[in-house]
Parts: sequence; C-alpha cells; structure tokens
Amino acid sequence: MSLNSKPPEVVITPSRFRNPIGKYRLHRTDDCIGCGKCVELCPYGVHVIQAGHVLTKNHYRCVGPECPNPCHEACPVGALALNRNPTFDTMGDLRWTPDLLLSTWYMAENGTVPPRGLEYRIGASDGGFDRLRLVFPPAHRSQSEALNEDVDIGIYLNRRDGSSHHIRIDVPFYGGGMSYGSVSIITMLSRVRAAAAFGTFCCTGEGGYPDELKPYDDHVITQVATGLFGVREETIQRVRIAEFKYAQGAKPGLGGHLLGDKVTPAVAGMREAVAGYPLFSPFPFHSVYSVEDHKKHVDWIKTINPKALITVKVSTPTDVDMVAVGIYYAGAHIIHLDGSYGGTGAAPDIAKKNIAMPIEYAVPRVHRFLKEEGIRDKITVMASGGIRTPHDVAKIIALGADGVCTGTAELVALECIRCHNCESGRGCARGIATTDPELTELIDLEWGTQRIINLLMAWRKELIRILKRLGMKSITELVGRTDCLAHLDYMNK
Amino acid sequence: MPSKYMIDTQAAPNRFKVLTRSGIIAWEEGCLKCPVCAKRECIYGVYDNRDLDIMQMVDSIDNQCMNCLRCVQGCPKELIHKSVNPEYEALGDSYWTPEIITTLWSQAETGRIPVSGSGYSGPFSGSGFDSMWTDMSEIVRPTRDGIHGREYISAAIHLGKTPGHLTFTHSGDLDSKPPFLVDIPLPVVLRIPPFGPMGINTIKGWALAAKKLRTFLTLPYEMIDKEMVTFKECLIPSISPAQPYGDDLLEGVRLVEVPWGEKWKEIAQEIREAHPSVLISCRIPLAMGMEEMFLHLLDSGVSIINLEGTSSGRLLDDNSVFIKDAIRSIHLALVERGIRDEVTILVGGGLAMAEHVAKAIICGADGVVIDLPILIALECRMCRRCTKQLPCPVEIDQATSSWVASRTINLLGAWHKQILEIMGAMGIRDVRRLRGEAGRAIFFEDLDRNTFRSLGEVQEGYELE
Repeated sequence: MSLNSKPPEVVITPSRFRNPIGKYRLHRTDDCIGCGKCVELCPYGVHVIQAGHVLTKNHYRCVGPECPNPCHEACPVGALALNRNPTFDTMGDLRWTPDLLLSTWYMAENGTVPPRGLEYRIGASDGGFDRLRLVFPPAHRSQSEALNEDVDIGIYLNRRDGSSHHIRIDVPFYGGGMSYGSVSIITMLSRVRAAAAFGTFCCTGEGGYPDELKPYDDHVITQVATGLFGVREETIQRVRIAEFKYAQGAKPGLGGHLLGDKVTPAVAGMREAVAGYPLFSPFPFHSVYSVEDHKKHVDWIKTINPKALITVKVSTPTDVDMVAVGIYYAGAHIIHLDGSYGGTGAAPDIAKKNIAMPIEYAVPRVHRFLKEEGIRDKITVMASGGIRTPHDVAKIIALGADGVCTGTAELVALECIRCHNCESGRGCARGIATTDPELTELIDLEWGTQRIINLLMAWRKELIRILKRLGMKSITELVGRTDCLAHLDYMNK
Repeated sequence: MPSKYMIDTQAAPNRFKVLTRSGIIAWEEGCLKCPVCAKRECIYGVYDNRDLDIMQMVDSIDNQCMNCLRCVQGCPKELIHKSVNPEYEALGDSYWTPEIITTLWSQAETGRIPVSGSGYSGPFSGSGFDSMWTDMSEIVRPTRDGIHGREYISAAIHLGKTPGHLTFTHSGDLDSKPPFLVDIPLPVVLRIPPFGPMGINTIKGWALAAKKLRTFLTLPYEMIDKEMVTFKECLIPSISPAQPYGDDLLEGVRLVEVPWGEKWKEIAQEIREAHPSVLISCRIPLAMGMEEMFLHLLDSGVSIINLEGTSSGRLLDDNSVFIKDAIRSIHLALVERGIRDEVTILVGGGLAMAEHVAKAIICGADGVVIDLPILIALECRMCRRCTKQLPCPVEIDQATSSWVASRTINLLGAWHKQILEIMGAMGIRDVRRLRGEAGRAIFFEDLDRNTFRSLGEVQEGYELE
C-alpha cells in the first residue's frame, strides 16, 4: 500500500500573456494556400484552422529542428520558414538559461517535462549541478517494471523525538521563505495553496503572517529572523514548524533590506513599521554569538509551542559542518542549508557572487560530518540556493541532503523572466515580486496556484522516473549515494 | 559617521547613452492602432518618454527598457521583439567583459553598490579571482555591519615598513626613530592608465579624486606641470631612468616610484640621500623569478613594492599563472622568513572589480593599484581606438575635471562599500587583518577536487543523464 495521499490534479494552465514566448518562430508568407497540411502534421498544435484560415497560433509550442514532422519542409508551396526567436536569446542567464525558463513554463502549463526541443535538466553555469550527471544502470538491470505508485518520494521531517509533531511530507521539498513585501499576497497564497495540495509546507519568510494564510496554517512554516518582523507568540503557536533564519544564501553575512517603495501601508502594518521607509533586517542576531545562545532561541520556541518542529536556516561558510552540528545539539529538527547562488530578493551582486560556498559543496560536507558524529539519522537536511530542476533535486539528495526548498523555480512558474528588477520602483513588472495593488492584480490566484501545482507535479513525475531508473523504491535510498553521480570534469582522469 | 569610515558620493550622470545588452525591435507595419496599446501599458513609461538623441543617433527606448517583455507578450499583432545588441557583446575583451564595463559605468554614475533581485546569474566559477569565494560568519562568530553605520569597519592601510620590534633606552624612551608611514583610508592607489585619450582635465580630475579620497595617483613625473604641482602631496611621480628629473620636483612629494630597471638602485640611492623623508616604491613586473628580485629589493631597504601583472591579471611572461597565485606565494615566502611587515606590497594589473581588491588582500597584498577602472569610470568602452589615434567615441578628453573627479570618487565609494560588505560578512573590522587570511577564503580548485574527484568513474554500459 502506498504511503502517499493522492497528489493534486494537473489542469492545463497556459500563459497569462497573449503571446507566450517560444524558442522558435514560424513565418507564414502570403503564398499560403490554406491547405491545412501543417495543422495535420504538427504534433504540438502550433498551427490551427480558424474560420477557414490556417494560422500559426502557438509559436511557443514549436520544438524546432528536433520536430519529427517538420511542417516547413512539408508545406507544398514553401510558405513556412522556421526561425529562432530573437527575443528568446535576450532572456535568462547562465544559471537560468532561456531553455530552463521555457521548460519551467512548459511544466507549469502542462504538468510534465517538455517533450523535446528544450534542455530542461541543466543550465550553462559550467560547474556544480551543470557538470554533474546522474548515472543510470543499464536499462535491463533497473526495476523499470515497478509501478509509479510504488515509488515513494516522501520524507520525514522529525527524525529526532517523539514529543514533537510527527510530520511526513509526500514530496521531498517545501517552499523556502519569501516574505510578504518581497512578493505579493497572491504569489504568497499561490505557493502556500500549492504546498497544501501536496501535503507539504511553505515558509512565510520574514515579513509577518498575513491573515489570508490562516486557512493553511497546517502547511505554513513561520520564520523568525533578525528583524523579528511580525513575529508574535500567536503566530508561532499557529504552526507546526517554525524556522530560525540566521542567514540567507543570496546575502550571506548581510542583513535583509526591503526598499522604501515596497513598504506599502499593508506591508508596514504587517511588520509593525512605518510605510514608505526602508526596512533593514539586521545581521546577525545580536543575541546569538554561540551555540548556547542559539539553544536559548530554540528553547524559546519550544516553550511557546512545545510540539513545533524547529528548522534552522543557515548559509554556507567554511565551517558550515560545525554550524550544522551545533544546530543539532541545540535541539533543532531540520537544518536548512542555503547556498550562495540562489535567492529571490534583492541582494548586492558582490555578495551573491563571492560570499560563501555553493550548495553543491556544502551538502556533502555537512552530510559526511553529521555521519561521523553519528547523528545524521537524527536530523533532516534541507538544501536550497540554486535548485532549478528535478535533476538538481536528485543530485543534491545524492550528495547528502534529505530534501530541498523551492524558491525561484516557483516564481518562474508564475512567469518570472529573471529580469532582476524585483527591487526597483513599484517592483516586479509582471506582478510577482511586488506589493503595488495594480501590479498584484496581474495574477489570478487560481491560475497561480495551478501553475505551481503543475510545475511540482512535473518534478514529482520526473523524480519518480529517476528513482525507477536507479532501481530505487524510496527517495530516502538516494541520500548520500554519490555513486549515482558523475562529474564530467573528473571523468577518465 | 566619521569621515574616515565612509566616502561621500554624488551622482555624476553619464554624458553618453550607455550600451544595453538587448534592444527593442518594434515594427510599425501592420499595427492595428489598438485603443489600449501594449506600448502605452509599459509600467516604466519607456515608449511615452521616448526620444531620439540626435548627436548619438540613439533611441532612448533601449536605455529605459527594463526587459520585462510585457510589450513583447502583449502586442496582438506580435510586432514587438527584443534582440541581443551586437555592440554590447563586442564591448571590451574576454577579461574586461561587457558585464564588468557596464557595472563600472553604473558605479561611477551613482556611487552605489550594484544590487539586483532574484539570485546570481553568472558562471559557477571562473579563472583568477573568480576561482575563489570569501567566507562569512555564522552563529558562533559575529559579523559586522559597516554599511549602515551601526559599526565602524576600517579600510585604511599604511604604506611603508614597520619594524619587527621596538627598542627602548634605559630611561624608557624610544631608542629608534619611529617608522615613517603614510596612511590611506582605503587600500587602493590610482595609476594613470596605460592608454586612453587623456586631456589635462582628465589627469587633473584624477588627481582631484586622489586628493579627496586621501590616496595617491601614480603618474609619469613629466606629467607634473605647473597646474599639477598643487596636487603634489597626493601624487606619486614615477621616475624614469632615461630622463633626468629636477630636484625641486620632489619637494612636497611623499612617495616616489622607481620602476625596476638597470639603474633603479642608483636612482633610489640618490632620492634617499636628497629627500630622506620621501618613501620609495619600487615597481616590479610580476614574472617568473620575481621572488629573487623581491628579496633583493628588500635587502636594499625598499619599503613599498608594487607588483605589476598584465591588464588581464596574469604574469607578464606566463599567461597561465594568475596574479592571485603569485601574490599568495610571495606573501607566504615572506611570512616564513618572518619579514612580512618589512614591506608594503601593492598589486596591480587586472584589478577590475571591488571583489578583486578584497581577494588580492586575502591572497597577501596590503593594497592594490588600479588603472583601467578609473578610465572606464569615464565611460570608456575599451575599444582602444585611441591607441590607433582615432577619435574617442565618448570624448573622454573633453570631460571637465570636476566630472572626472566625481566619477572616480563614485567608483571608489561604491568599491569601498563593497569591501565593507565582504569584511562585514567575515566579521573583520580592519582591512589590515584581512591580509593573508586565506583560511577565510574558499578556493575552487581545492574544494572542487576534494568534493568531486571521486565521481569520475562510470561503469561500462551505464548511462549519464
């Protein structure tokens, strides 16, 4: 019998923009005789017949040269030409390539990975995840006959004690912290509702606990960070998991900073601050300069909410392994390691690029150290900071994490294009990372929720496929299995 | 905040439109003249504020566009597209990349730290300084907040040598002369770039910036004319052995540079005798065998050594070795001999970003010398047309000295804040303590190999995905 509760349904949810962006464009000349051959040939529905006219309606679905039935070659009058979309090449960057953006959009629309034409597994950063590969045994040796339902990708979050909540999530991920203020209430609710649908969690970030989240209390992780914005006893008592944020990967060693423009009256009210003024979340906790001080924090939460699980979010300094051990001995249930290349909010470029180490190094180091200490099976290790694809999830688990926290990928599902202008003026022009009332309305809550559900469903299916290819029945079997990985830079050397 | 912990900056607008990574292609043909046009809906008002710069023939929409693509995705006839700008991609070279150049422009314009949303977008690692990360403090070590002024972080260094110990007379007085040191509030000295269409106002502007920043500008001594004499206390004249220099030139000068060359010893000796209070800095090429040169200089009593690599941060005679590694080995050699504090090491060549300053210091330098960044601060596009006697596309020589000074101060103000960010995250409050702190850095080669070298074996028949 399967442990899993029923996963949510995929509902096809196309782009909210009139012209979805594709990698290719098909140009139709006036020579077109409207014979409909292209409509008939195309497996992806790029062309349609409308009122007797043949139109190229869905450029974005075209898979280009990888198409098995190329319409432009079959057109009897040569009226179709295949071109690369120039806009495509202006998008994205080395970590989130235009291919990854489009494939994430595909998953958010369809709930499955793209059929072909897009590289959906890796980016182009030329290191870390992008040079690591999963190693699959020859097809005949893996248990490909196992049913999808028999493969369990769920994990237990409390591996420590019987007195706190016994929590299992059916997928090896939950939503990382993004505050009300840094993102809109619709974005926040979309994430939380998707998390609830999967039986997992989503973290509030440091910006208070809006009342709109109350119906989903069982799926909310409330964050306690240095600014203590919106932290009240009542908000901590409401949840099953509370998170201490000591640092975040995008700005390790630096505090949070919400620019004045984003501090609207609603945000200010939530954070008990003054509208229009920038808010600094100082770094570090000036009440914590030792593991003993940290334990005092954990005990404080446990006094207010004795059954709550405690997760501790830290960044990745050179001594991250020592930090992790300290976190365990202070009484936490989850260590959340946030690597230097992730992050959703605004941060100094110098910090994002240079301070602290990428998650691909931190996780194996912590995993090994905790094992040597004999406490690896007493604590849950969650990783974040640049997890973009289901392949990244599988790789970081094979390196030693139990699960991951999602962030940017969910924003991309809501059609973030990573223009990096979240912090300027009224905030995100696409209505995701903004508190501007007019821009917030650009996203419909049902649409946003379903897009994230679809994305995570695609991840879920892909993870099950990966586990089956590895001959595994549970994702817990993959933890620390570096033998399932190869690094291209060290092969044949 | 006391002035020694901060640099005052004031916006100094660009004189020319900057080049952007992509441009807008908006066709007019086929336009339906919709009542609500996707262009009118632009939240940045790009199309409403559109105008054409006649002098530069630049359409302002490209500069104002923030790449949200809403117009591209909203036009019913799909008449709007974006396209990569080939002019942007052609900026600079493989080391001085378009990203570095445009970031330097914006720092020189605003004096602000570059900030952006949604994570890091660059490569995993790279060569040279890009192959190291700096550490941070967490839980068990305090960090420091220098930027917002809650704590003071000092970026000041001194130039000159300090004695290994002090000796006292029986009566308790100092038995030796106190060391002669020159303090600068940030670990950066400016140098006239190797090329560039420099007018008198350019040089004056840089000297003005050096004066306001209380650091130095190194320049060939023959550039010190009547007007420049007023800036003497913040100039480092570089003496060339080929040309004689007037003795009065050195009156009021605090530092002099003698490049490594045949007669450097004689020149240094002459200066020392005639002007005992002037500190001498010797500039040597970063190349194979420089350790010997270095120790020879130390024996001769030189107190400041300026190591100079190529403009892409490598050894002059070996393109495969980065200055980062050369500095580390020299620093360690001196530490092992117990004489590290007998000399100030300044490093130049390929210093292009604020992080390079912090990383050079972590590798063992006391401070750095920068040249091309102060040219790029003036909107230089690194096209090197000036080296072929062609006109400068951004007319650098026409800029006023006060604009040149503001742009230079803004750039260094932004760098100063970024150095504080790096040090604050590490919990270090004095840049002199950052020197040689390689244990608080993470080196790509070591860490990558240690983490992944065992992941190289794949059995026959296994598939990679």
